[in-house]
Amino acid sequence: MNGVHDMGGMDGFGKVEVEPNEPTFHEPWESRVMAMVRAMGANAGFNIDMQRFSRESIPPATYLSASYYQKWFLGLVKTLLDNKLVGADEIAAGHSLRSGATLPRGPFEKKDVVRVMTRGSFHRDVANPPNFKLGDKVCARNLNPTTHTRLPRYVRGHVGTIERINGSHVFPDTQAHLRGENPQWLYTVVFSGRDLWGDDADPTVKVSVDAFEPYLEVAQ
Amino acid sequence: MHDHDHGHDHGSELSDTQLRVRALETILTEKGYVDPAALDAIVEAYETKIGPRNGARVVAKAWTDPAFKAALLEDASKAIATLGHFSRVGDHLIAVENTPQRHNVIVCTLCSCYPWEMLGLPPVWYKAAPYRSRTVKDPRGVLKDFGVTLPAATEIRVWDSTAETRFLVLPMRPAGTEGWSEDRLAEIVTRDSMIGTGLPTVTT
Repeated sequence: MNGVHDMGGMDGFGKVEVEPNEPTFHEPWESRVMAMVRAMGANAGFNIDMQRFSRESIPPATYLSASYYQKWFLGLVKTLLDNKLVGADEIAAGHSLRSGATLPRGPFEKKDVVRVMTRGSFHRDVANPPNFKLGDKVCARNLNPTTHTRLPRYVRGHVGTIERINGSHVFPDTQAHLRGENPQWLYTVVFSGRDLWGDDADPTVKVSVDAFEPYLEVAQ
Repeated sequence: MHDHDHGHDHGSELSDTQLRVRALETILTEKGYVDPAALDAIVEAYETKIGPRNGARVVAKAWTDPAFKAALLEDASKAIATLGHFSRVGDHLIAVENTPQRHNVIVCTLCSCYPWEMLGLPPVWYKAAPYRSRTVKDPRGVLKDFGVTLPAATEIRVWDSTAETRFLVLPMRPAGTEGWSEDRLAEIVTRDSMIGTGLPTVTT
């Protein structure tokens, strides 16, 4: 979706503010949100792409004004409601009003912690060979789905070069909506800063994105 | 929270969030979805075990062991997996090398993708709009915000983490560190130097 989360190239957000000796969490509730997201993701089977889409779907004004872990909290509540694991009446009441569903992997317990501390593998074998090879000129397609995508707006319609072939991976655009893993070849595509931002841009800048094959077409 | 208006001041807004988060944890616990002690264990791991020291050890090893460096640049997940004493690393990690000709910077314009196992949880600035919006368009300006100025001719290569690949910058080993042990070298490898927004520096 063309949401406010797709921030690459936007102006007006100001300087990067670095906090010296930043703590891991600023408030204890932030750590609880992070842990709940990890735990429910792991045992309720919320995949990373649907979790991202739930955060991207936060209304733009809220997205821009909420802190990072507030966004995670709002996204988690939405995912729990959408999956009918928690009711809106329970969120309002602040406690459980009926017994819970059975999670695909059961309750999240201490024995499950080690599993969430290592990232899963997103590699999946596909039967077809990659359509592009190193050095190929490709154009990022002009795609504007209202659903989840990982093709940022700032590269759409621009021509870049295939620099790496990263194997075949779960395709977020379908996985986010539980339409299957639908694995696709994944490429690192590099663009010159001037191709993206015009002749006034810094000529020494190159920018790459990792793009799935359906995002790309042969450059004309 | 900003999705309702009770006329709260900033302080009670925070406590409102606190209350809502606590209520959600109560609901998930009462429903038997999570054991709060398991949540404690996740928090403890991120507060005590997972942090940029892991990445710094990898960089220091690459600076002192050319075979490891070559393996790291070839397949970072595989190379780091051979170092049993580090935390486990997930798949799809890519190490990118800074050289006098090229400086690498990592960003995630769409959200906050970051090599957690190597660097811990990302800092607030990495996840915030200024860094996410500007890095792909004006990376030298962003580096200036960090006090980093590079030669005008150096190529700036920005890697936008738009998929499940994760990136770790292998910074250049600073002059004046000849003969240093891996442990001593690891001390000067900062988190920001592995994101590309800082440089390792030797303080004399």
